[in-house]
Amino acid sequence: MKLKYFAWVRERIGKAEETIEPPADVRTVDDLIAWLSKRGETYAYAFEKPKVIRAAIDHAHVKPDAMIAGASEIAFFPPMTGG
Amino acid sequence: MTAIVTIHIQEADFDIAREIAAMTKGRTDIGAVVTFSGICRGSEGDEPIAALTLEHYPGMAEAEIMRHAETAMSRWPLTGLTVVHRVGRIRPGENIVLVLTSSQHRQAAFQAAEFLMDYLKTSAPFWKREEGADRSGWVEARHHDDEAAARWTKS
Repeated sequence: MKLKYFAWVRERIGKAEETIEPPADVRTVDDLIAWLSKRGETYAYAFEKPKVIRAAIDHAHVKPDAMIAGASEIAFFPPMTGG
Repeated sequence: MTAIVTIHIQEADFDIAREIAAMTKGRTDIGAVVTFSGICRGSEGDEPIAALTLEHYPGMAEAEIMRHAETAMSRWPLTGLTVVHRVGRIRPGENIVLVLTSSQHRQAAFQAAEFLMDYLKTSAPFWKREEGADRSGWVEARHHDDEAAARWTKS
């Protein structure tokens, strides 16, 4: 599945997007954040306060307990400041 | 006549009069047009702002604005709705966002415009990076905006 990062999440990780295949026991958005945090310091830094991070699956906002199975694209970003 | 929804995300500035003309052209069922435009300020508290840079999530930004437009259309009797949101580098005094709503009577247009702005502030995937005199950083989301958006779900 494709992952996209925006704003300071992107800056901390050091990339705007990547394609990953998480293991089967990574089931929810929260699980995915925990799994990504273990991949390296840049990820741990980006996700150091998981409650601040927002997620979207296939262009729709989702809650941290949302299931990721079947998702094409998952995005992580800080609270939005548009408008 | 059907209501027309227009949504643009663009780097270029928008022309408010032209957008109003496009929304109202040829119609005789419009009694009220409400216009909101958001403008880049020159300072945040005591700190001067040199420029804002707006990042967005292409694909999701359009989808999310459309979702809110559809909600507004279903909640209020609107004859038209336009949202233009700029992205890229924006300097103090320049336009950032435009919301136009039209209806037969003013109450629907006023309320829908406020609803759309409250949701644009909290749910639309855009992020502002602020450049000051000698430092830059990401603008933080405001609790006040979350509370403003939340009140639309209570009524």
